Amino acid sequence: MATDTTAYEEMIKGLWRDNPVFVQVLGMCPMLAVTNSAINAVVMGLATFFVLVGSSFLVSAFKQWIPKQVRISLYIIIIATFVTVVDYSLLALLPAIHKELGAFIPLIVANCMILGRQEAFASKHTIKFAVMDAVGMASGFMIALFALGAVREILGVGAIFGVDLFGQNFEPWVIMILPPGGFLTLGLLLLFFNWVTERRKQFLDKVADAERVNANG
Amino acid sequence: MDDLLWIFISTLLVNNFVLAYFLGLCPFLGVSGQLETSFRLGLATTFVLVITALCAWVLNTYVLIYAPYLRLISFIVVIASTVQFIEMSIKKLSPSLFKSLGIFLPLITTNCAILGLAIFATNRGYGLVEGLVFALGAGAGFTLAMVLMAGIREETEIMDVPVLIRGTAFNLIIAGILSMAFMGFAGLFSST
Repeated sequence: MATDTTAYEEMIKGLWRDNPVFVQVLGMCPMLAVTNSAINAVVMGLATFFVLVGSSFLVSAFKQWIPKQVRISLYIIIIATFVTVVDYSLLALLPAIHKELGAFIPLIVANCMILGRQEAFASKHTIKFAVMDAVGMASGFMIALFALGAVREILGVGAIFGVDLFGQNFEPWVIMILPPGGFLTLGLLLLFFNWVTERRKQFLDKVADAERVNANG
Repeated sequence: MDDLLWIFISTLLVNNFVLAYFLGLCPFLGVSGQLETSFRLGLATTFVLVITALCAWVLNTYVLIYAPYLRLISFIVVIASTVQFIEMSIKKLSPSLFKSLGIFLPLITTNCAILGLAIFATNRGYGLVEGLVFALGAGAGFTLAMVLMAGIREETEIMDVPVLIRGTAFNLIIAGILSMAFMGFAGLFSST
């Protein structure tokens, strides 16, 4: 039972405490380029999810047979294989979105977050833990992508998932769906994340102080 | 000739790799603390981009017409090994050049700008000369963005910025403003 709780913790940590985007600031390129609408962000998130979980599973399963000197190249080849699978599947299933995401699907390979998880986690843990960790990290990445995509679509087009929100009188902030909007939104989201973390820390400090006073009194 | 110039200028300014396509953001946000380092990293990246364009063209022309699904894997493997090979020869032939540029080379190989260039060049069907000009433009654009960013960051070091904003959030907002400035170049070609 004890191992189950830790496996669960491995999964949960990717969502907030070690969120790949907001805390570790990894995987920026796909993050900003494809989040001009919520649906693109979700598809990109799912693609990354599949690649990360698949390659973590494979790396963890074959870790005894991977020689140390060539491990990075092997990880990249494993990741590239999964990305090719995703690329061709999307081309067959969702050609419209595949066209819009274009070169950024193959670029999942260059997402340092995925390689980072293989090197830092999957190559050192059992299959179960590696997959749990990958699920958590990929979900955290997906949440961040969705947050960015939703904010940019709501402000830039006045809609979410293509559904109009504000009616005729809304003047869209076109800049939000253009490249500068990506940088600015992510910067402000990071700021918000820092602020929440800081507030939480202050709150916990205050609680600790109060407890100390109670103990002394 | 006009076409080549157009490719160069548009990749350098209008479709800047960093500020419009978000490629190569890791070094852009991570290593842009000092002007000197940024400039040298930019040069080294330009060098790798040109090698990449060459590799991509060779692969596309001679190998990938028979097996298009190997595109991604072969790009990565060939580019990484070529860069490694060149790194070793530079180390042997010119240690001083290696000292100033070489340390960056292994890092650059995993940069998404490199793979991005290969994929864009393939998707747009560039030939050898067009691909090389595209690579030079992308490299120059990357260097330009890096140097601008490093210059601004060196200035902000001595400014009184709230602790909460310092770090990546601040850099991203600077990048957003830079990117907005670069959007002005989009008007460069609309009149012709």
